[in-house]
Amino acid sequence: MTRLTLQTEGDTHVVVTRRFKASPQAVYRAHTEPALIQKWLLGPEGWTMPVCINEARPGGRIRYEWSDGQGNGFHLTGEYVLLEPFSRIEHVERMHLPDPCPDNHVETRFEADGEGTLMTMRMTVPDAATREAMLASGMEHGMEASYARLDDMTP
Amino acid sequence: MNRLDSAFSALADPTRRAILARLALGETTVMELAEPFAMSQPAVSRHLKVLEEAGLIARRIEGTKRPCRLAPGALEEIDKWLAMLRRALEANYDRLDQLLAEMEPGKETDQT
Repeated sequence: MTRLTLQTEGDTHVVVTRRFKASPQAVYRAHTEPALIQKWLLGPEGWTMPVCINEARPGGRIRYEWSDGQGNGFHLTGEYVLLEPFSRIEHVERMHLPDPCPDNHVETRFEADGEGTLMTMRMTVPDAATREAMLASGMEHGMEASYARLDDMTP
Repeated sequence: MNRLDSAFSALADPTRRAILARLALGETTVMELAEPFAMSQPAVSRHLKVLEEAGLIARRIEGTKRPCRLAPGALEEIDKWLAMLRRALEANYDRLDQLLAEMEPGKETDQT
């Protein structure tokens, strides 16, 4: 079963879809409640998110700070544009490494799909070159490789 | 990370992206580059300077000309950074699956 797809749209959009076995409510909460976000949005193995600010309301701040526990870290800041529990989130985010990367405008939708949820994440980057660089990284191949691993994890 | 910052910042300009697209076709002189952009040579030279400092293009001296071309591996650093993010995303979703499996039995806080 294909659980994650990635496709482009126009010049500046990337659309990622993925299915989850849980309800839209649970998936939405896992994206907006700091205590839950800190359990999964961690990046590479061994990293943690010691700081998680997530003000889930229009205009609310987002700030995630990651650390590898050895003095290395980076962070992300953002702002919520709108939220429709438990179906839609629109926000802007940018990585800091430590200077800010271009803004990524993200619309995430959660739809009931059988007993689970279909998540559709539509990213809008500032221009075609940023997106091309993103896709040139071979993003979709890595995602493809993870399908099998994900399938193994689900009974 | 300075190089990554300057690469992103150089790519944020549409004229500079167009110059890179032109250079993808092959080595070009400043004069040839200026033509399709309806720009003065000094204006093009300023863009080239930004691209050169970001490590995206390379220039060589040939008599009085300074032809430029795409730098080998120009976008490599950006690629590496994005590949890191991709791996992180995959690992995150693996963890989210597990978290959701733990959350589902108790839905009492779902509704507000």
